[in-house]
Parts: sequence; structure tokens; C-alpha cells
Amino acid sequence: MSKRMIAALAALAVSGGAPGAASAQEVKIGLILPYTGPGAELSPNMDRAIDLYQKLDAAQIKPFKLTIIKRDSKAPNGAAAKVDTQELLTQEKVDVIAGYIYSPDAIASAPVITAGKRLAVIMNAGTAFITNLSPYYVRTSFTLWQSSYVMGEQAAKYLHAKTAVVAYTDYPPGKDALDAFKYAFEHNGGKVIDAIPAGGPGATPDFTPFFQRAKDEHPNVLFVFVPAGDQATAVVKTYAALGMKAAGIQLTGTGDIVPDNMLQGMGDSAIGLITVHHYNADLDNPQNKAFIAAWKKAYGADATPDFTSVGAWDGIAAIVHALHATKGKIDDGAAAVKSLEGWKFASPQGPIEIDPQTRDIVMNEYLDQVYKGSDGKLHEKVLATFHNVKDQCKALAIGPCAPKK
Amino acid sequence: MSVAVSRAGDAAAPIANPAARALMRRHRLRWWEALPWLAGIAFYFAFPDYLSFGCDLIVTILFALSLDLALGYAGIITLGHAAFFGTGAYAVGMLASYNVWTEPITALLLAALAAAVIGFLSGLVLLRTAGLTLLMLTLCTMALLEQAANMGHAYTGGFDGLPSLPIAPVFGVFEFNPLYADTQYLFALGVLFACFVFVRTLVYSPFGQSLTGIRENILRMHAIGSPVRRRVLVCYTISAALAGIAGGLWAQTNAYVNLSALGLDRAATVLIVLILGGYGRLYGAFIGAVIYLALEHFLAQIYPTAWQLGLGLLLVLIALFARGGILGLGEALWRRYGGKLSQRRRDGPTAP
Repeated sequence: MSKRMIAALAALAVSGGAPGAASAQEVKIGLILPYTGPGAELSPNMDRAIDLYQKLDAAQIKPFKLTIIKRDSKAPNGAAAKVDTQELLTQEKVDVIAGYIYSPDAIASAPVITAGKRLAVIMNAGTAFITNLSPYYVRTSFTLWQSSYVMGEQAAKYLHAKTAVVAYTDYPPGKDALDAFKYAFEHNGGKVIDAIPAGGPGATPDFTPFFQRAKDEHPNVLFVFVPAGDQATAVVKTYAALGMKAAGIQLTGTGDIVPDNMLQGMGDSAIGLITVHHYNADLDNPQNKAFIAAWKKAYGADATPDFTSVGAWDGIAAIVHALHATKGKIDDGAAAVKSLEGWKFASPQGPIEIDPQTRDIVMNEYLDQVYKGSDGKLHEKVLATFHNVKDQCKALAIGPCAPKK
Repeated sequence: MSVAVSRAGDAAAPIANPAARALMRRHRLRWWEALPWLAGIAFYFAFPDYLSFGCDLIVTILFALSLDLALGYAGIITLGHAAFFGTGAYAVGMLASYNVWTEPITALLLAALAAAVIGFLSGLVLLRTAGLTLLMLTLCTMALLEQAANMGHAYTGGFDGLPSLPIAPVFGVFEFNPLYADTQYLFALGVLFACFVFVRTLVYSPFGQSLTGIRENILRMHAIGSPVRRRVLVCYTISAALAGIAGGLWAQTNAYVNLSALGLDRAATVLIVLILGGYGRLYGAFIGAVIYLALEHFLAQIYPTAWQLGLGLLLVLIALFARGGILGLGEALWRRYGGKLSQRRRDGPTAP
């Protein structure tokens, strides 16, 4: 007994008192994603990224052991995610919360996160003002302002467009995309001549009447935001069917209209599309090459990760960094958040950083064009790279991003 | 007891007619009616980590109870009851979000008022129809309100909702606790109790009896001179007000409100909950909500990706074998076996 005690003390002394040196310290991560309902098709891409990170970067995680406790946030109404958050904190006593695909889930959970005093890593939800709601929120995904703002700027500067029509899905991300595009485009000499709300996020509408209206207005560019998924394919097909390209209208959008895992299904009508996004699977950097190779090896040659996978990958990397930086005391939420302020990471999407002021991601945005490669498949090439793009909604303090009095 | 003929004009005489006595006895409190409330208080002490879920449960019970009044008692077939839930939720949410009114109890009364106004105005038009037309029109009312809330996103927050609502302490003392939701739970339980006492009194009143009459045989009620349309409209308005309180309570306990308060999802779920428990029975709302939500919650904890299978199976079984819901099934079983048991007990033990 006493011998064992002495041995344990010696081990402790050798390891410099680092907790968990003798045996792997277990760290509980509560992962909240919609596994049922309309978001169910998005969660597997994030789950896979998290599994892959643990397999590939096992050495990075040592000496800690990550235990992931999954909870279903169900329909995107915030209520289920809030109960999940509360129970993960009080029953499972998790050290970190992660996930949130839909913005309402993160928005509703904010007061619980604040009261629970644990680090919460937002891996997808993109409404700009969310990080203002709790000091424990850190985001590794994106805001719509980041891509749409750059697109608006480049529509004027790169495409030399004078007029634009915006068609957007009528819910907050769509409105964010509209506001950001319009702000940047008009501050660079362009004019948005019409903004068309094109259905809701729940079902894929027939885009023909919306796009016909846009065509009749003869803009230089048509900027479209729809949620990545089936709607994107319908947008590209309708654009081609109405002959808008021949009419001289360039289709642009955020990367959501050319999601990596749906690109091949869009056919030749996608060729020539110009979008701005923080990730595409063809990005040429060593981290992405390794990421894609590992993904295809693990999940099949036809499987492709997309930007949601990268958000989850970067989120887990952030948690692992905070673990090491706090020497395992990641359950001290304030210290964990502090260790991530200004954190830099070489992500598959390029270099990223957490803004120390807003706890939001700062990253590259890429102006991409779709082309057909020699392998007969569709790819994206980067026309221009924009470094260290911040969320302009908070930087400019616009609308709900302005601090509440 | 001798059977006496009740004399007209003599108010003091005891009512001795057996049918009249049975009617009088129907609304008496029974011992088991204390059980849900004891269970509610026991839950508070036994599961302090589950009170957030408990609040959801209470809100759903109250919402199902309001639907029971319209659907179960007056026979108003509606698929748009979330319109009133949402109205109440937004009334509380917007008043709190803009710091106009954060006191929780009066806020709930305002929510009830707002929902009652919507219920009365829409009822004036809707309740002239019946059957599928009525069903579609209630659905339309809800969709119109939902779209209005979406278009007014500058004020309602739209799909993203109104975050972190400030709610004043109950009675100026008890603060809402975002992490453990203990104050919220007791507050919600109190609101549910008050609303239940009201609904129970209402359905056993002559007014409530006339509603049942309208549901069972509307022609006869017309024939005996009952003001059918007015009764139904009043019932619909009261039901809307209760749904508004449920919605307001939801906004308060969550400190959040978004478009989902007005959605078809919510309206359909509460209908399933009520049918599962058994409609037109007061306690159907309790049984249905507890079983549906508890199954959903705990199955989802264990199998976050496949829990819907278990819930689906239960609903299929109920639809196939228990048309009257769980309470209806219980009653049928009691009539079949329980009656015999008590009969046997009265006869005394028989020799083997």
C-alpha cells in the first residue's frame, strides 16, 4: 500500500505534477447535432470528421482520452438543443460542449452555456451575432458575412459588374448573405437592383419564377444564397434551363451553391460558376491533400468532405489545443476560452485564427470557378485568395451584431 | 334509499333522481386526482437534473389540455392550434425582449389575452365551417401568422428568434435559473395547476355539458334552443387563451422564442400527444404528454440517431389497438377485467 503510494508520488514528481500523466485523463465532450429531422443529412459529415481526427491525430491528443457523448438536437427550434445542453452539463458533467448545426440551437442554448461556465465550440451555426450571446462561445465554422461580403466586393472589382440581382432563401442566413453582398457591392460602386426572397429553407422551391424575374431585369450578375443541399442543384439547373448564361448574366454565390459532395451531380451546367467560400475540396495545400486522402481511404473513393466537415475538424483541433494549453483543466471555461484567443492553426482550409476580441474565426476566403478537369470530373480552381477575412457584421457593428445597450 | 320524485319549486330538496345524482357526482374529486400533482412535486425532488425537460413536459400538458377543450369537448377539429401557442409565446417574448414587460405572471395574462383575441377573431369566421374545411382553415390561419412573423423578422427575429429573454423574478423574489431550471419548473407547475382547476370546473359546468352535447348531437342541441354557435365560439376563444398561456410559459422557461412556436410541427405533435393519451378525458393530456415526451427524451438519449423508430412503433400500436388512446384502453380493460375482479371480491372467495 505505502509502496504503491510512494510510486505514485514519484510518478507525479517525474511528470511535473501534470494531471493524467499516469493514466490517460478522460475528457468528456458533449456533441449536439441534429441526428433526426431536416439536419440529419449534415451530421454524418461532421461525425466522420471528428472520428477521423481522433484516428489520424491520436498522437496530438495524448495523454488525454476524448469521450464523445452525442445528443440529438432534433428539429431546428432551439428547445431540444437547449435541454441537451443543460443535461450534458448537469447530468453528464461534460468538460466541453461542441456542435450546433442550426443557429437557433446555439442561440437558445447561450444562457445555459453562460451559466454552465464551460467552453462551447460552435462547429457550424453561422448567424453572425451568436458569439456575442455568451463569453464561452468560440466558433470554428463561418458567418455568411465572411463569404458574401467578399463576393460583393469581387463582383464589382473582379467581375466589373455594375448591377446585380440577389435571390436568397427567406431566413436569417439568406438575409445575412443579402445584407453583406449588398453592403460590399454598393460600397464598391455597384447597385443591387432587386432582392428576391426565394422560398424557405424547409423545401426546395421551383426557382423558375424567381430567376425569370431576375432575367427580365438584365443585371450583370445574379447572386444566389440557398442552404447547401438539394436546393443548390435546383439553382444551377434552373439557371441553365432559362438560358441566363447566354443572356450575359453571371451566376455567383457563396460556396453553398456548389457544395463539394453534390458538385458531380450538377453536370456541365455548373461549369463557369463563380463563388466565394472558405473551403473547397480541391484546395491545394498539404493539410487538405492529407485530409482528402484520409477521408477517401476511410469512407470510400466517392466520399468527399465539405465545409461542415472542416468546421468540425477545426473544432476538435481547437478543443485539443485548449486541453494542452490548460494542462487538462479544460473544465475551467474562462481559461479554456482564453487559451483559444489568438490561436492559430493550419487547417485543411488554410491558415485560421480565432479573433481574440470576438472569439470568431478569421480565415481565408477563396474566389473559385468551376471547371471540367482532364479526368472528366468537375473541379474548382482558385482565382484569387483573400487572407485573414474577419466577420464584417461584427467589425462594422451592423444591425443585430451591434452590441446591445 | 327510497326513490323520491323531486318537486319542482323546492330548491332545498335533495336531488334524489338516480340520473341526476350520477350527473352531480361526476365532478366530485376522487382520491387519484391528487396523484399527478404529487408526482409533479416528487419529480422536482427526485430528478433535479431533469427539470428543464420537466418544464417542456408541463408546457406540453397545458397545450394539450387547451386542445382537449376545443377538440375533445366541443369537437372542433383543428390542426392549427399552434397559432395561439405562438401568439402567446411572441406576446411574452416581444414584451420581454424590448424590456416593456418582464413580470412573468401578468405577462402570461397578456399572452392569454393576445391569443384569445386571435382565437375570437379567427373563430368568428372559421367556426361557420366544419370537417375538412375547418381543418384546412385552421391550418391556413397558422400559416398566415407564421409568415407574418417571418416577414416581420426585424421585430420577431424570424427563424433565429429573440435570444436571451429577460424574465423578472416570480413574485419579485424567485429568480429563474438558466442551468437547473428549478424556479421555472415550480412556476410552470403552479400555472398548470391553476389552468387545470379552471378547465375542470368549466367542463363539469352546464356550459361544459352543453359543449359535450354539441359534440355528440349538434342538431338536437339546435332543436332544444341552445345557442350553439356562440357556445362553440366562446369555447374556442377560451381554448386559444389557454394555448396562449402554454406558449407564453414556453417562451419564459426557455428564455427564447422563434418561428417554431407557430409551426405545423408543434400543432401536429400536440394532436398526437392528445390522441395518444385519449381526448375528451381531461387526464388524456397528462398521460399522452408524459408517455410521448418521456419516450422521445430517453430513447433519444440512448439512441440519438434511431430513437424515432421506437416512438413510431408505439404510435402504430396505439392506432391499431387503442382508438380511445391510452386512457381509453385502460377504461376498456377495467370494464372487462376490473369489473369482474370487484364483483368477485364482493361475492367473497370461492372454494378452489
